[in-house]
Formats: sequence, structure tokens, C-alpha cells
Amino acid sequence: MSVDQKREPVITARNVSIEYEVEPVVKAVRDVSLTLYRGEILGLCGESGCGKTTLAYGLNRLLRPPALMTGGEIVFHDKSGTDIDVRALDDQQMRAFRWDKVSMVFQGAMNSLNPVIKIRAQLFDVFTTHRPEMGNEEKEKRSRELLGLVGVDPDRIDSYAHELSGGMRQRVMIAMALALEPQLMIMDEPTTALDVVVQREIIREIMRLREIFGFAVVFITHDLPMLLEISDHVAVMLDGEIVERGTSEEIYTNAQHEYTRRLLSSFPSLTGERGGFVRGEEEVA
Amino acid sequence: MADDSAQQVRRESGGVLEVRNLVKDYKVRGAHKKIRAINDVSFTLEAGKTIALVGESGSGKSTIAKSIMQLVKPSEGQILLDGKPIARHGAGLRRYRKDVQMVFQDPFGSLNPFHPVGHHIERPLRIHRAVPEGMTIEEKVHELLERVNLTPAADIAPRRPHELSGGQRQRVAIARALAPGSRFLVADEPVSMLDVSIRLGVLNLLARLQRQENLGVLYITHDLATARHFSDEIMVMYRGDVVEQGPSDEVILNPQHEYTKTLLAAAPNPERIGQMRDEVRAEFAAAAAKD
Repeated sequence: MSVDQKREPVITARNVSIEYEVEPVVKAVRDVSLTLYRGEILGLCGESGCGKTTLAYGLNRLLRPPALMTGGEIVFHDKSGTDIDVRALDDQQMRAFRWDKVSMVFQGAMNSLNPVIKIRAQLFDVFTTHRPEMGNEEKEKRSRELLGLVGVDPDRIDSYAHELSGGMRQRVMIAMALALEPQLMIMDEPTTALDVVVQREIIREIMRLREIFGFAVVFITHDLPMLLEISDHVAVMLDGEIVERGTSEEIYTNAQHEYTRRLLSSFPSLTGERGGFVRGEEEVA
Repeated sequence: MADDSAQQVRRESGGVLEVRNLVKDYKVRGAHKKIRAINDVSFTLEAGKTIALVGESGSGKSTIAKSIMQLVKPSEGQILLDGKPIARHGAGLRRYRKDVQMVFQDPFGSLNPFHPVGHHIERPLRIHRAVPEGMTIEEKVHELLERVNLTPAADIAPRRPHELSGGQRQRVAIARALAPGSRFLVADEPVSMLDVSIRLGVLNLLARLQRQENLGVLYITHDLATARHFSDEIMVMYRGDVVEQGPSDEVILNPQHEYTKTLLAAAPNPERIGQMRDEVRAEFAAAAAKD
């Protein structure tokens, strides 16, 4: 199986605005529109507080008061051909939609496993909720299969979270997000807490799984060099707005927005010339 | 103050911080085995030089920092300041702390939320009696804040940490570390918690202070790119051993050890746009062709 390369959208967000209803009101996401295509990796980058996580939560309707989506629409284009208006779903429908169509790997996912129950119970939980017809034997089989897929020894199903390394915990989280073969995975800083070697292994794993299952990914991070390296498209957010969008090549070689250029210049090149990074040449930050 | 002038002399003559054959074993609770966190590490940090210590999580970087700061006791080996073994208690330890200070990774955790910024800088000044004669403590606090570009100092000093941004807080942490008149700084991932757009500003600030004060800096990081640009030497650690050590350009551009190569290959590099995707696809194509 290979990725469906046709430019077929999987989710479309139009003019989304999200506010935090506090005093004074914080406009976290302002009039953002974006389209994500099947099998595509979209890198969403920007600094803390720019609204990238809020936007991601909005796509999956995970916002909680005081956050409120004040405008715009989100349409999910299901594989079956039906379009789902995410904002119009009632609670029951939303529950069925989430994780089945769009799953999420959370920020600090290393710490999002429950520490007092085994990995097995946490994987089973997904099936119990979404695939009630599945028997225990089948769940066990599928759970082990999932662990194998993400490169964790299936026997670790009997482990507790603290018995796994950070990288392994992250892999388990990815396995969990994969469980129902979603069409879109939102990954919010999935590798920030890991060191570079493990980070690379995990990202490679994500790329490999994408080839197998053809899901689309929204990858959120502030590590622009990494995003450029792995994404098909990159969107740069600043103060709640997407200020620039393009393919990785376009952003890297021909950034238009001043902020994107500043972000790019914030990363010293590893092997290239020192460029602007002469030690002690202080800029006023 | 006699102590102060002696320190002045030492600073001008430079001074060296030397780590000799350092070993640290951690006992594992409930088991009879030990974990060797650092294994026979030696290096010399000279005044005015920056050494970057790189390696993955668990490689022993922070244990070295903690040993230097005397937050853990080495199992074997010695640490020498200006050729003399460092004091482990009493007045000698206090003098050592005046010379060697640390900047921690998390500026959100290393400042006390209860106290204003000024207090954090005043404390080391008082403890180490580091205010020059003819200057009030307030003047010295303001001078230090200005030196780390926190201006106007009179505005910043009465604020509490939560009123500052991450970058500003880390500047406070740097000012605090400099307050005793330190000659050596251990900076453990000083910018990894900060937003990318302000990281370079903080690193550049550290670099300027280092030149102005002729500091010796041990820069602990896993970001190879900044390690290269901001230090004179790089030491690569892997499972407690220093596997490679040399001038920074040499280590990055011409790595010798396998692990250094792995580390370099893992660093994100926008020059390799799409390469991983293509590699993964090629693997699948090869596997399909075999079937």
C-alpha cells in the first residue's frame, strides 16, 4: 500500500476564530483557514502562545471553557465520501468521531499514560469504547500487533508506564493513536521531551506508518529545522494567524514573511558557515 | 575587602577548573548493582574558554555538572580549582561557590515565585559579600540587571518572576549566577526551555559576558549547532564516557567516533528536506520488489 497521492482533502478549516473568554478577551486564533490533504504531513510552527495548540484542539473540538470557538467551520472529509461538519456533531456523535477519524498525540505525551494501570488496559480502553463488538482475545491480538508496529516488544503490554523509557512511552502513545486507523493524527510537540537520537527514530517510525496507513499528520512544534526536514507543507503561525504557508522547499529557500525569515535565522546551521552567528554579536532581543 | 581583591587577582590571572579521573556510581535501590553514570572523565576548563558537553539523555552530562557544583559526591577522582583540590565544606566551600556558579535549565523552576527579581540577585551579593565598597547593594543589583539587558533595572527589580517572560527569567538566573563575581559558570541546557526566537539572544548574552569577565563556561546541551557556534571545544559523552573531544569545528565537521556520527545524523537539518520521506519510501519499494 502506498500513500494516496491524489490531492484529496481530509479536513478543511475555514475562517476559524477561537477566543479565551477571560478579561480582557484573548484572541488566540484569528480567522485561520487551512486545508489538509490525505497522507500529507503539515508542519505547524510558531512560538509559545501563538495559538498553535489552541488551533489543534479546535480541530478536534477539545476546547474547554474559557476557550470558545467564535467563528468558522471545520469540515472533515471522510474516506467514505461523506463530509462531516465537526462543529455540528452532538456529544454522542463527537465521541464516536474522535479517535476513530482524528486521533491525537498530546504535548508531554510521555506523561499522559496512566501510571497505575498496565499498558494493556489502556490500549483495551480504546477498543472497549469504540469497538464494543470486539472480544478480549481479539483486543489482545490487535494490541500486541499495534505495539509491534511502533517498534515496542509486544510483551511489554504487561508493563506499567514507569517501566518504559521515554521513547517507548511515546511509541505506546502513538500505538494508541493508531489503534482505530484514523485518517488524521494531530501531534502536538510529540518529541520535544526526547533527545535527538530517539526523536529521529520516532519520526522515522511516524513516516513509515504513514506510508502503510496513509493518514495525514498535523505536526506541531517550534523546531523549524526539523519541520522543514519532514513536512510536506509548513504553516507558520504568529499571534493567532497563519502568516505564511508553503511547501517545505518554498519556506526554506524563499520565505516571504519577515517573521518566517527571523525564525529561520534563529537556528544556527550545523555544518554550514557561521553566517550571522558570530559569538558575541549580540542582538537586542 | 581582602577576599574580593584576592578574587580579582585570580580572575585576571585566569585560573583553571580541572576535572581529573572523575567516576560516579549511583546505587540502585533494591538491587545490589550500581550504575556507573560517569566513567573516568577528565578535562580542563580554562578561564575565557567555553567547553560544550553534548550527548543524549542519560549519558552523564548532568552528573558532571552536579559533581562540579558539589550537589553529588564523586565516587572517585578529583576536581581542582587553580591546581588545588576543592573544599567540600566550611569557609573553603563558600569561597568555591563564590567562584563557580550554575545556570539551571528551567527558569520557571529556578526562581522563587514569592520573591521579587531584585531579591534573587541580592541574596548572593549578601552571602558572598560581593558588593564593592562605595556602592549600595541596590546599585549593584541594578548594575547586574543592566549587564544582562534587563532595563530599566529599577522597573524590573521589584517585579516577581511570573511577570517576566521565559527569556527574561533566564537573564535573571544568569545575573544571579554572576552576582558573587564567579569565574566559572556551569550552564545546564540554559536555553532549551526558551522559545527558539529568543534562544540566540540569551546565548549571545552569555558569550558577551564571558568575554567581558573572562569566564570559563561549561555549556551542557544536546543542540549540536549551538554547541558548535558558541564553544571552543566540544566533548561528546556516551554512556558515561567521553568518546570524543576536540575543537568544535573539528568535532562537528570531521567526527571520528561512531556515536558522534550518529548524533550528527540525528540533528534536524533543513538541508535534507524530504530525504527521510524518500528513504522510507525506498525501503518500502525495496521490500515490495523482494516479495
